[in-house]
This record gives sequence, C-alpha cells and structure tokens, in this order.
Amino acid sequence: MGLVDRYAPMTDDPDAFRTACSRPLPTTVRVNGLKTTPTAATAALADAGVTTTPSAWSQSVLRLDTESAGGTLPYYLGWIHGQEEVSCLPAHILGPQPGETVVDLAAAPGGKATQLSDLMDDTGTVIANDVNLGRLSALRHNSERLGVTNLVVTHQDGRHFSLKPIGSARTVDRVLVDAPCSCEGTLRKSPHIVADWDPLGHRGLQPLQIDLLGRAIELTRPGGVVVYATCTFAPEENEAVVDAVLHSHPCTVEPVALPAGLTAAPGLQQYDTMRFADSLTETVRIYPHQNDTGGFYLARLRVDR
Amino acid sequence: MTGNDGGRFDRVAPDSAHQRDPGRPHRAAICTWWEDRFGVDAAVWSAHSFWEKGNGKLWVFAGEAHDPTPVEALGMRFMRVRQEHWKPSTNAVQRFGQHATRNVISLSAGETAQFIAGESVDRPQWDGDWGYLIAATTIAGRDVPVGVGLYLHGELRSTVPKGRQRTL
Repeated sequence: MGLVDRYAPMTDDPDAFRTACSRPLPTTVRVNGLKTTPTAATAALADAGVTTTPSAWSQSVLRLDTESAGGTLPYYLGWIHGQEEVSCLPAHILGPQPGETVVDLAAAPGGKATQLSDLMDDTGTVIANDVNLGRLSALRHNSERLGVTNLVVTHQDGRHFSLKPIGSARTVDRVLVDAPCSCEGTLRKSPHIVADWDPLGHRGLQPLQIDLLGRAIELTRPGGVVVYATCTFAPEENEAVVDAVLHSHPCTVEPVALPAGLTAAPGLQQYDTMRFADSLTETVRIYPHQNDTGGFYLARLRVDR
Repeated sequence: MTGNDGGRFDRVAPDSAHQRDPGRPHRAAICTWWEDRFGVDAAVWSAHSFWEKGNGKLWVFAGEAHDPTPVEALGMRFMRVRQEHWKPSTNAVQRFGQHATRNVISLSAGETAQFIAGESVDRPQWDGDWGYLIAATTIAGRDVPVGVGLYLHGELRSTVPKGRQRTL
C-alpha cells in the first residue's frame, strides 16, 4: 500500500484526493503587513511581471502565476514571503494579540513565527525556538528581511524548552507547535515523499510530537491557547498525539474556526485499532483536493488549571 | 574601550551618565546620530530597546528583555558603531528609513536593480553629505528605502550584504 492508497479512503472524495495529489502545488506568498499592504504588494508584483490571485480566504495570501517570486523587488524588500497557503493557517488559528508573549517551539525557517509578529503588529514578544542551529540562520535571515523587531530567537530542544534565558517571570499567552512530522501533506511539491514513503515511518516521530505538545501546555498560562499543527495525514502524528496529551496534561480541545472560504474535514475519532476522544472531531484535516493546497492538520487547545 | 561579550545581548545604557563602561555606545548618542545624519526623530524608537552583542554591533528590539540575554537573536541587527563611521544595517534602513528627511538618495528603476545586485551607481551630482546614505526607490507609487549606500567621489557603492543581493 502506498501513501495515497492509505489516505484516500479517509476522505469524502477519494478520486478527487488522488487526482489532486498528482497535480503540482500552486505557488503562494504571504504579504507582510509590517512593510506593505496586499494592494501595494499586488501592484509591485504586477510591475515585476507576476500575476497574482488572492486566496479564497485572505487578501494577504496570494497565488502566483510563476514558480518563484524570489527574484523580484517586493521579495527583496520583505513585502512578501514564500509560504504555502495552508502554512499560513496556524498563526491565524492561534490568534495572537498585540502585546502578548507567544512561543513558536519549532520555528525554523520562520514563516509562521514572522506571521505571528505581523498579526501582533510587531508588539509584545514572539519567542522563535528551534533545535536545529543550521535552520536558525534561515529564520534569522527571514525575520530581518521581513523587518520584524519583536522576535527573540532561541536554540533549545523544544521538549525541555526553558524561559530562563529570556526571563522566567514572563507569562506565556500562546504557544504554536508546528511539529516536525513525516510531511506527507507536502507530496505535491515534493514527489519524493510518495516515492520514499515508509508505511511505518510516522510512528518514529510520535514520542517527540507528544513531548513537544506536552511542553507547550506546561509553558502556557492557565486560559492560554496552544495550537498543534502538522503537514501530514497520519493519524499517529495528529489525533493520536493530541489525544495522548489530553490525557496527560490539563487542557481541552476547542473548535478550529477556519476562515470563511476554506473547506476541511473533521478530525478522526478512530483509525484502525486506535480510538480518540470525542472532542478530536473539533480538530481539522485539510486534504489537497478541498482547497487545491497541500495537506494539513490543526488542533486548538485551551489550557486549564 | 573594553570588549563586549559576543555570546549574549547587553542592554545599551540610556546615556553617558548611566554607563558602566564609558567606551560603550549609549542610547542618547545613537538617537542623536540618526537625528543628525538622517533627520529621524528618536520617538520612532520609543517602544524599542537597544542591545549590543559583540563589539559595536547593535540590535533593536521591540519591548524589553533581561540584561544580559543569552539568546541567538533579539529583534533585528540595527547598526555598527565600532569604526569611526557608524553604519546602519540594510534591514534597519528598510524598516525605519522611511522616517528619514535628509541624506536619502533616490534611485531610478535601473539604478535600483544595480544597487540590489551589489553594484555601484554613478552619481556625479550630489548635494548631500558623503559617507553612508539611505538609497530609496519608487515602487507601487511609494518611495521606499532599499538599503545603505556609501557615497564617495561621485559614486554610490552598494553595501547590500551578499546574502541579501538579488538579480532582478
């Protein structure tokens, strides 16, 4: 059984899923509100010969008629950032407010962390952490090009993340866990994901994902919000991770309120021999055929204590 | 001047009266320099703190942090004040340069492409100061700062770092 065969029966339209998985992914950019507006970025891209179409759900997410806008003036100026359409969702679902303290536990290369800064109007603090030093340099580069000044970059193992270097007295309002995953949902831009797919590969990452999400709950103040996201289809890396943390940590699932214009499927209650809490249906799965994007999973948790 | 620890961020003192080390830069001098050189009002940074990591390498951070803070990055690299001629970073100028009222040099579209590629731009006539200038261009009907140029002897040398250079 291949990757597409495993997940097609999970969807509402297996044929559409299969077809979408074999099509190339549209190129999208996120407009950086710290430096420009969607109108100005659209005009600047047009001047550079790039035609854009706004996504169905956000004026700040533009689909391009070209494979890359990296060689354009608006890219150089930090007006836009290459970011897949579904990758623009976690920051919105986390819903950071200006002045808050927000942690991105696995932040490199920084598309989502810099989007958090944008949504917070560059106020408060975004702590962008990653365990991989090489990828941190890309994060720093992106953050500076995008003109972000409220971002702190830390280099720690997210499973044991400590606020001590920044100040332990700080209260964390929200945490994003964009977890390392098997990336099955990126198959449209990375065909090797299908060719190299290992039916048991998703099992190896689950302990790390559970530890990261657990640490996120511990870091967040009572009443604060944690978003767990992956770009993969495997229930072992999605519902099973959230379900495990619901049992081990004081938190509850809240409905993911997707922006109007997006279609998604509810999280699973069971798969194979696994059974999950009823509230997992409030999490969402996004399949490639639903919005012509990559695949994604999102869960929003409220911290109780 | 004693050294500054390159492994952590130390808060820049507000003024000379509060300096632990008189050899280090302080906030009042930094703001005065931006005002004198580019006409940027210090109020632009009213919500920001300034930090030093390594000798004369200054960062600008929105908000507050522990002093010292041992992290990889704290906000944005802001400017270099180690040598005689202070130099703002490309990214700081892109972010704050729109507040400048002098020593801004406007580039045509063709000159902008040269500048961003790291090439010098000929400019025999220039009424402003020599030294580091803000290079600006027009995009989507707006005047936008694109980077820092070093003006000497009739030409504007691009200081866009290699990793930021682009061929448009």
